[in-house]
Amino acid sequence: MRIAYNGMAEEEPAGTMALESIFREYSRSDAEHSDRSAGDRARHRQKVRESIRENIADIIAEESIIGKDRDRVIKVPLRGIKEYRFIYGENSPGAGQGQGDTRPGQVVGKVGKEGQGDGQAGARPGIDYYETDVTLDELIEIMFEDLELPNLERRALREIPSDRSFKRKGYRHVGIRIRLDKRRTARQRVMRMLAARQRQAAENALEVAEEAAEPEADAGGGDVEEQGRFPFHQKDLRYRHVETDTKEESNAVVMCIMDTSGSMDTMKKYLARSFFFMLYQFIATRYRNVEIVFIAHHTEAREVTEEEFFHKGEAGGTFISSGYLKALEIINERYHPSLWNIYTFHCSDGDNFDSDNPAALKAAKALSELCNLFGYGEIKPLGSRYYESSMLNVFRRLEAPNFHSVLIERKEDIWPSFKAFLAKDRIKE
Amino acid sequence: MANYELKSLVEWDSRIREKVAEFGLDCYTQEFELCDHFGMLGYMAYSGMPSHYPHWSYGKSYEKLKTLYDHGVSGLPYEMVINSDPAIAYLMRDNTLLLQILTMAHVYGHNDFFKNNFTYRTTRASLTIELFKAHALRVRHYFEDPSIGIEQVERVLDAAHALSWQCRRNLAIRKLSHSEQLERLVEAAHPRPDPFHRIHAREVVHEPDLRKVPVEPDEDLLLFIRDHNPFLREWEKDLLTIVDEEAKYFLPMMETKIMNEGWASYWHKRILESLNLEQGPHLEFIVRHNQVVRPIPGQINPYYLGFKLWEDIHRRHTKPTAEELKRDGPPAKSGEAKLFEVRETERDSSFLRRFLTEGLMREMDLFKYEARGDDLVVDKVSDEEGWREVKETLIRNIGTSSIPVIKVEDADFGQNRTLYLKHNYEGRDLQLEYAEKTLAYVARLWGREVVLETTLQGKRSLLCYNERGFSTRALK
Repeated sequence: MRIAYNGMAEEEPAGTMALESIFREYSRSDAEHSDRSAGDRARHRQKVRESIRENIADIIAEESIIGKDRDRVIKVPLRGIKEYRFIYGENSPGAGQGQGDTRPGQVVGKVGKEGQGDGQAGARPGIDYYETDVTLDELIEIMFEDLELPNLERRALREIPSDRSFKRKGYRHVGIRIRLDKRRTARQRVMRMLAARQRQAAENALEVAEEAAEPEADAGGGDVEEQGRFPFHQKDLRYRHVETDTKEESNAVVMCIMDTSGSMDTMKKYLARSFFFMLYQFIATRYRNVEIVFIAHHTEAREVTEEEFFHKGEAGGTFISSGYLKALEIINERYHPSLWNIYTFHCSDGDNFDSDNPAALKAAKALSELCNLFGYGEIKPLGSRYYESSMLNVFRRLEAPNFHSVLIERKEDIWPSFKAFLAKDRIKE
Repeated sequence: MANYELKSLVEWDSRIREKVAEFGLDCYTQEFELCDHFGMLGYMAYSGMPSHYPHWSYGKSYEKLKTLYDHGVSGLPYEMVINSDPAIAYLMRDNTLLLQILTMAHVYGHNDFFKNNFTYRTTRASLTIELFKAHALRVRHYFEDPSIGIEQVERVLDAAHALSWQCRRNLAIRKLSHSEQLERLVEAAHPRPDPFHRIHAREVVHEPDLRKVPVEPDEDLLLFIRDHNPFLREWEKDLLTIVDEEAKYFLPMMETKIMNEGWASYWHKRILESLNLEQGPHLEFIVRHNQVVRPIPGQINPYYLGFKLWEDIHRRHTKPTAEELKRDGPPAKSGEAKLFEVRETERDSSFLRRFLTEGLMREMDLFKYEARGDDLVVDKVSDEEGWREVKETLIRNIGTSSIPVIKVEDADFGQNRTLYLKHNYEGRDLQLEYAEKTLAYVARLWGREVVLETTLQGKRSLLCYNERGFSTRALK
């Protein structure tokens, strides 16, 4: 809307001044429909996401996210989206205004916190803000956006019917109260009412013409004579019909096997835990139904709770085969491979009794035949690998296409190893 | 909600314009547009322009403004005016009537300043809206061109934005053409006539290198790259032109922030005082006015500083103190005449240099601070010994003085098409992380190695950016 008020012009003294001002009234619809920055905002958000993805390895390496609630908010540094310019550094002095009693030596602020007062948008280059908040959930989503779960298609057979989704399909005259469609019901009533009135009118006309018999009452249509009231009838009721949609759903189970022998210290456990966390989160994003099994072993294996798995240390030696046999046992009992996609991962420091190696190799072979993916992660924090034995050499003899072993030395290795773990199998397909 | 109707705004506007004419302010036609806070946030993100080319940084700026606004960290301005003919101003519709009146009076102050200050002569106000619209059309066209696309355009715009302020500071000084620069070079190389040449040793004449590019160090980085990188495609050159034109449009605003805000505040005060407001609105006016022009401890409020200076200039020419009379003699001009003269011929740095007196500085308690460790510590205050230094520091932190001066020295350094830039060092180091990233942008546009000579922690250094990445080395 554009209104120019010219009427005032005559009262103006003649001068250099323009004779009129133009007023444009606020118009709600204009304001609501022109979200002009929407495109630029979307593009900015896209940039933020890209930046997070680029730095994901650093973020993953931060201890604090492992095992935390999915709603947790994490501060993520953003590198890609700063707007760089040539600016002066921190050694450049500034000027400010005091309250009348400023003395040399007085502290007036902190470096990096206090800005100059002059803040015209875009005019003065300043240090950009550089952090954003994302929830762990978003982070996981971004993290796995460009990874694909291997072997997902190949296991089409391993799907079991799940009837979790419901689909609306048409309307019925009968149904349960909660599915009553009020709108349609009301419409039916109105339709019936109009029909009845029309018929009434036609009959009345006929009556006048012939001056004959009384009008018949409609058997099901209620009292048509009473113009004011036209109640609902059983026939009006409409119910939404819902069909249970039986879908073939894939299910997955993650078997986490961890060495909890005396040689696994806190650091090693932490690294193992990070890896399991990612594996679980990743698989959870791809399957609706994911179960997780924790197996702790030293010389014997037990199925344990998550809490025990990560926090209970045990003493003693190591028989890796015991963990694998336990996993095989659980798979046979509860997770038949024709119904479940099985992902098994084992973390250990590789300090196995030599006598157990042949048995472990045999069990590993059996596992890799049953699983979609079977991985072994050897955790050797830097400096310790030279005097400890390693299972990596032993497993080199295992020739299964879906077996993969990784070496994790530092927390920065976790993300690359994880990617390698998933990528290896994908290449083979 | 607003306590007025549009009609009363129009009535007040005509009363204000009467006063504006009476005081002798000289304005473009004024357009007022009422908007809500979303609209205002939008205009702020795009520097007030009704149309502007798209770029993600404006989305970022919007998000940032909105976050600050939503969390109550910063409020919204009462108005926004853009320098165009007719001048366009946005008024927040939720403001009270008095606030609208105050704002309109303020807007006329800006309007007059845009029309009359010399720095704005280069902005061609009557074409502003069309200029920005044309830029937007061109950029959108490149977005949609299947052979270019948004990614490519952003690649150039990101880099160009980083360099947009690396341009000439005073646009009123004409840039010499290439042939004029050459002439000057040749002239300088000729030995001056020496009446005693018989007894003097013969001066060594250095043959000037006439093929050097640039002849004189060039400050317009974007334009220089546009004109001297033969591998840039036409649309890339056009983007550089667009970014440069826009920067030069906004440059005067940066250069006159203190004067301009002070001027508008000074006039809204005088106009409102002359309107004979009723007591209620008058009290509200005093409260609002004091909110706008109040000192912010630890910072510099351009409204306050500017307002104080304008008031002081007026006072010195109407009611000079005895001391001033003795020192300067009776004022040669009336207060108003002096105000209008200064409004036309100065910009912030010269304005402060000429009119910010020791007395005013002491009254405002201006100080200079420095970083010591993690703390910002007051170094000098406006006493007899320190005020000059405080003033100098202030002037070096306003407008374009807060942007490092970097000039192109050589476009073919080492016969290698390496771009040699030189930072005009005057005591302040560059922020190294930013310098590194910005240099990468220069290299992106230049397409070859780029080096920047500067001083870091007292040592002359060369920052290089080439295909192997960033490196620094000390110079002898």
